[in-house]
Amino acid sequence: MSQWSEATEERAREIISRYPQKRSAVMPLLYLAMAEAGHLTNEGMEEVARWVGITPAQVHAVASFYTMYKREPTGRYLISCCTSITCMLLGGDDILHAVEDESGVPHGETDAHGLLSVEHVECIGACGGAPAVQVNYELIEGVTPERARDLVRWLNGARPEVINGDEMQELFGGVRSFDWAIKEADGAVGPYPAFQPLGTVGSESDA
Amino acid sequence: MTDHPTDSHTIERYEATGGYEQASRTIGMTRDELVEEIKTSGLLGRGGAAFSTGLKWSFLAPARPAYLVINGDESEPGTFKDRQLLERDPHQMLEGVIIAAVANEVHHAFIYIRGEYAKPARRIQAAVDAAYARGYLGAGIFGSGFDLEVVVHLGAGAYICGEETALINSLEGLRGEPRLKPPYFPAAKGLYMQPTIVNNVETVSNLPHILAMGAKSFTEVGHPLDTGTFMLSVSGHVKRPGNYEVPHGITWRDLIYEIGGGIPGDRELKAWIPGGASSPWFVPEIHLDDQITKDICAEAGSMLGSGAVIVMDDTTCMVRASERIVRFFAHESCGQCTPCREGTTWLEMILRRIEDGQGRAVDLDLLLDVSDNISVGLGWPPKMTTICPLGPSAVSPILALRDYFRGEVDSHVELGGCPLKPVEAHA
Repeated sequence: MSQWSEATEERAREIISRYPQKRSAVMPLLYLAMAEAGHLTNEGMEEVARWVGITPAQVHAVASFYTMYKREPTGRYLISCCTSITCMLLGGDDILHAVEDESGVPHGETDAHGLLSVEHVECIGACGGAPAVQVNYELIEGVTPERARDLVRWLNGARPEVINGDEMQELFGGVRSFDWAIKEADGAVGPYPAFQPLGTVGSESDA
Repeated sequence: MTDHPTDSHTIERYEATGGYEQASRTIGMTRDELVEEIKTSGLLGRGGAAFSTGLKWSFLAPARPAYLVINGDESEPGTFKDRQLLERDPHQMLEGVIIAAVANEVHHAFIYIRGEYAKPARRIQAAVDAAYARGYLGAGIFGSGFDLEVVVHLGAGAYICGEETALINSLEGLRGEPRLKPPYFPAAKGLYMQPTIVNNVETVSNLPHILAMGAKSFTEVGHPLDTGTFMLSVSGHVKRPGNYEVPHGITWRDLIYEIGGGIPGDRELKAWIPGGASSPWFVPEIHLDDQITKDICAEAGSMLGSGAVIVMDDTTCMVRASERIVRFFAHESCGQCTPCREGTTWLEMILRRIEDGQGRAVDLDLLLDVSDNISVGLGWPPKMTTICPLGPSAVSPILALRDYFRGEVDSHVELGGCPLKPVEAHA
């Protein structure tokens, strides 16, 4: 018995068809399961297991290996503060403390309303714009403790439907690793990366 | 590779500057011709291991199907070059993918992007879609009989998947644990136990340029033993951090003081990490005028690795910096091998207690003893007790403490705390 929406099921079928072996679709399907339920539930993992023909325990073994598969309820906005070497050298720890203090959420936790989750993360590839923060995996570079507090207040107050990296960079960011140049229209809608594998084209549709 | 107009990510702009001409030209070429051309160019892999790309291709076993996997799992602390190549010039890399696929007679390629790179992954997917729409990917590319399917695969937060056999496991829908080599050399037993080429994003981004300028001309750029330009991600205590495309052979002084603009506040340079968190550190008294090439770096006991240069000024606490790097490897250890799983965790705990003022006089010896269990003899390149190089990588900062900053460790122990206050976040 499937609990997924028809659109999600269609996407799951498409994704599986793109791999030589079904099992390779486990990772993209785990993201689909997260998007369906807001985080990765046991039911979600069982569903993935059915789709690719392995046991729920095997899916669990994969999900638990990777930090981005959140198996606990996670806030609508996931604030990830980098405290790896370069960000640490340029004050990344202070950014984390500012976010924790302003939100009242210690790293690794979620607030009572399910709105904000805070975590500290290892290097997110933004060292030229350190210290850096991601919200739902959309990047802000060149953050200061005060701007980090502003970010928390903005998320709490404005509660944006879509998390747009360019908007956040303009509001809360500073120095960047390189010129981003290209404005993006949309962004992330939950604590998982805003990326749809396959896009619009499959091998059959362009014939 | 990094000269980017603002619309450099669109297929229209890429084609207007000669994009996809080289990929189209490869259709008429044989595998031998293409492998020979890349061998002649001297191109070394830009992912960290600096192995000859042409040689790697020539090792591909004859069994088919074979697969091509592009490693875009850029996660080495300090590294952000592939992110720029993916976001700003995705078609350049995709053309490289086509060239590599044709050269290796591969009809199914996977581009593995780290999970935190949502935007770069979107850009690459859009580029793939545009290339499909043009007939550059899919059935019969460029009107030939050659089929090429390309799938963008998103990781989910695991540094170890940058190791090629771990990446292959991850692509197969398994935990990202490295495989033993031998027998699991990807060129013979890779994805689905079939012959597989794994190339880095920057490596394949070089391919269109090599074909356009000719392998011989490519060897005239850079250093004779390390050809072409390469990307260095410069970060930390420099006035102008960023990605810089430089020819091999400039000196560290050129890089840090000219290109990077020197140290903020004109403070003193204390040390730098030459090739990502895995590489042993350099200090100005010894290494500042060394040329930046693979071989000179190796002779000095380190590596250029992923090209991530992390600069630390004289306000930096070396115990704290070491702890942060070791913490990274402890967190990212896949847990298969005991010396790495246990050793990195102990190194982190010992370093933390020294930094917190709980250190003992014997702790440096203890750090070296634990390190020796991970990387026997503490030499370079490391002797491994583990399946992959992650464990030995965690030892690199400990070597720096032993060789250059022993006094600083001692003063932590004597003072019962850190003699250097961490800097405030910049305003």
